[in-house]
Amino acid sequence: MISRAERLGNYAILSVFAVFALFPILTILQAAAGGGVEGFAQAWETGHFHTYLRTSLGVSAFVVVVSVTLSIMSGYAFGTMRFRGQNILFYLFLLGIMMPSEAIAVPLYFDLRTLGLTDTFWSVALPQVALSVAFGTFWMRAYFRSSSRAIVEAARIDGASVWRTLWQVLVPPARPAIVTLILLVFMWTWNEFLIPLIMVTSEGLRTAPLGLAFFQGQYTSDFALLAAGSVIVATPVVIFYLFLQRHFIRGLLQGAVRE
Amino acid sequence: MTRPPGEPRRVAYLFLLPAFAVYAAFLLYPIGRAVQLSLYDWDGLTLGTWAGLDNYAAIIADGELRDAFGHALVLMFFYAALPLAIGLMLAAILNHAKVRGLGFFRTVVFLPQVVAMVVVAVAWRQVYSSDGSLNALLEAVGLGGLARGWLGDYTFALPAVGVVGTWFETGLVTVLMLAGMSKIPLELYEAARLDGAGAVREFFAVTLPSVRGEIAVALTLTVIAALRTFDLVYITTGGGPGNSTSVPSYEVYHRAFELGQVGSAAAIGVTLTLVIFVISFAINRFADRSVS
Repeated sequence: MISRAERLGNYAILSVFAVFALFPILTILQAAAGGGVEGFAQAWETGHFHTYLRTSLGVSAFVVVVSVTLSIMSGYAFGTMRFRGQNILFYLFLLGIMMPSEAIAVPLYFDLRTLGLTDTFWSVALPQVALSVAFGTFWMRAYFRSSSRAIVEAARIDGASVWRTLWQVLVPPARPAIVTLILLVFMWTWNEFLIPLIMVTSEGLRTAPLGLAFFQGQYTSDFALLAAGSVIVATPVVIFYLFLQRHFIRGLLQGAVRE
Repeated sequence: MTRPPGEPRRVAYLFLLPAFAVYAAFLLYPIGRAVQLSLYDWDGLTLGTWAGLDNYAAIIADGELRDAFGHALVLMFFYAALPLAIGLMLAAILNHAKVRGLGFFRTVVFLPQVVAMVVVAVAWRQVYSSDGSLNALLEAVGLGGLARGWLGDYTFALPAVGVVGTWFETGLVTVLMLAGMSKIPLELYEAARLDGAGAVREFFAVTLPSVRGEIAVALTLTVIAALRTFDLVYITTGGGPGNSTSVPSYEVYHRAFELGQVGSAAAIGVTLTLVIFVISFAINRFADRSVS
């Protein structure tokens, strides 16, 4: 049994860390609230956050849809089929999970510049599809390997094609795993900073975090305005997190656990 | 590796093709190009000249680059070691005592993981500024003499950046440790109690060995995060004052896009990649061996 003193001590320690975790976030919220609605309106209009959010939304939607679809297909191949070169190909994909984007961003910039593709939507979105596909393949493969083999066999005996087996038999029960993957890819893409920083020069293509970084350079002294911008950038992911936190926590913890 | 289910199928290649095509074009090919670029002296505009391994030798010889990797080591203490110590303690408390509000606590401490690093950096810049909340707190408790502009201070800028890492990673590590500890069978604790073990011995004899796998995962994630620190440094200090907070990732960006030393930037990027692979391999090897 735990004594009363020990229990109080435990609550004290936990409270200290809860306050430590919330303190910087509350600093932002308080300053943003201090600026009132006008602060948000000013950030939205003067700060051009409406265009930044539009870009972020477009890039995130593209990266999520494409990389999750491709990951489901490649995870299906790795998880339920046997083919020559399987292990080597899988290890190639694993490389990408740990690969720092700093290492690939430099050559990508100069090669895309040669092709005239820098400062385009594609230069921001496609490298992030590649990074997400590495994790997504790993994630969906783990799921499909653990899903029942009997279902795949039954579908085949029923005469379902490999394509239909995937989308009509395996994908529907995989929904929780896919939702987790969607949320993680969305969060990573929405929060990504380095790739847009390097690839984008025109203001119309700035994503929300990049816009906030530039905004910060301009309005260092007006913290209320900066805080309003920060709230606008952070809110979409935080809302998803508050409602679907199980997915975020499970994904971020299990995603790291390799076999 | 165990054999995956299913019969040999060539159609597998068709399912792999789209993912592999994007992956090869935007990840595998660029890393190959990075290795190639790292062997040249190139300003990004004119014709490059062959440099052999000079750019790699410079990582050891050049004081500024050596410093950048040294700073990454300091950050590892703040990003990995400190959160691990705190996370183990918090998780042990939460697992041991049936405290109320566990769900709320987990939601709160994990929250920093989902907030964009740019926003985190903006918040902490304010906390550390000369009229910011840290100095206000110090003055409130009578330590106003310690107040300063933390991020502009040669001694304190790097630890200040490190503390943001501690703040950022502690929740992740705590939740990971909690997940591990919740799987420990109660009988183990009862057995330890019967042997007369106190709370401290119980922690070292039962809890710690049982979460070895989770510790390996936590260290891998946080050490890599420390090595890859970029957004935070870019926004809060820009590597300064002087080069007191420069880190490898920041040097990659700084050299490639601000100094026009593309070859050197590529060499740092390749080295960073290798260091990350070696460290995560070593941590997982170590965890595997100590389990068996």
